[in-house]
Amino acid sequence: MDQVNFESNVLSRREVVVELLKDRGDLIVVTGLGAATYDVTAAGDNHRNFYLWGAMGSAAMTGLGLALSRPECPVLVITGDGEQLMGLGALATIGAKRPSNLSIAVLDNGHYGETGMQKSHSSFGIGLHKVADSCNFNWAQEITEMSAVADFRSLAQDITSGPVLARIMVEAKNDPRVLPTRDCVEIKNRTRRALGQTV
Amino acid sequence: MTAEAPKDIAESWPDDLYDVLKNNDVRHCAYVPDAGHTQLINKMIEDPDIHDTVLTTEEEGIGYLSGAWLGGDRGVLLMQCSGAGNCINTLSLTNSYRFPLLMILTMRGEWAEFNPMQVPMGKATAASLELMGVNTYFVERAEDIAEVVAAGAEHAFNGDQAVAVILSQRIIGRKKWTK
Repeated sequence: MDQVNFESNVLSRREVVVELLKDRGDLIVVTGLGAATYDVTAAGDNHRNFYLWGAMGSAAMTGLGLALSRPECPVLVITGDGEQLMGLGALATIGAKRPSNLSIAVLDNGHYGETGMQKSHSSFGIGLHKVADSCNFNWAQEITEMSAVADFRSLAQDITSGPVLARIMVEAKNDPRVLPTRDCVEIKNRTRRALGQTV
Repeated sequence: MTAEAPKDIAESWPDDLYDVLKNNDVRHCAYVPDAGHTQLINKMIEDPDIHDTVLTTEEEGIGYLSGAWLGGDRGVLLMQCSGAGNCINTLSLTNSYRFPLLMILTMRGEWAEFNPMQVPMGKATAASLELMGVNTYFVERAEDIAEVVAAGAEHAFNGDQAVAVILSQRIIGRKKWTK
């Protein structure tokens, strides 16, 4: 299998995330550790953002739990290719449950950016959108243009269309870090309060 | 009419366990199957008010139940003790965010075990969970299960704790192994 050339990717991950979160309404967002957490923070902090600082591979499953407990709200997981690759089985679990209000945006730069830009499996021809398609997602596509990101945003806000997954091809470069609070209990409590729970 | 004979506790404990979980408002049952959990899993699947969610690996249940708790729901994670090893790093989610977590594990590698490969993780189950900050309760008698799980649910959901109730292989019974 030929290696995938990620150097032709032109989308900026920061601009993609701003586009995904435009007019977000009651959207609940779960972020995978590392750059995805920073990207979502950079787009604007929000109590409906649940940021992960670790537990690599858990973002999609956290999104599943939220989606099933809050069926009236759209839930969007924003994560990286490395994080989703560690939780590959989660795509099968989500495909078996088929929550209609869950969407996943994988910001795929083909690399482990946080640890020195080593190539991930994405660079070796593994397509996360194809995995999601095999796992009975309602919609799973690769996205290379900003207009398609905007279309995916509509899909993510529609609580009847999921589960859906977009593999969004982004530049392999590290942006300046924009960090949310590292007090994880605070992150949990403010999301629970925003969803009407006592803490 | 003759009164129905009370069921033997050796057979009825999964029903009692189900009642305890329902009384504690558990709405999600995430599991990797184990023979010892068969009866409970079947009752959960039959219950239209429960989300029964089969996992590909046990640590998926930790993210899942954390997300459910964010949304306001309680859940339980069922596994064989071998799954405890799969959960280790992901338990940092429970620990750092102080999420409640209620796990019920059935033991292997502890009592009349025929498979040597079940033994290492079986011996390490409670200690490895404790190392990650989980409160572990080992149950040796079927009649104690419901009470311990009820206490564990209180500890987890009101005390914001990670709790593992570990059921001895002696309760589950020897696995039938055909030659």
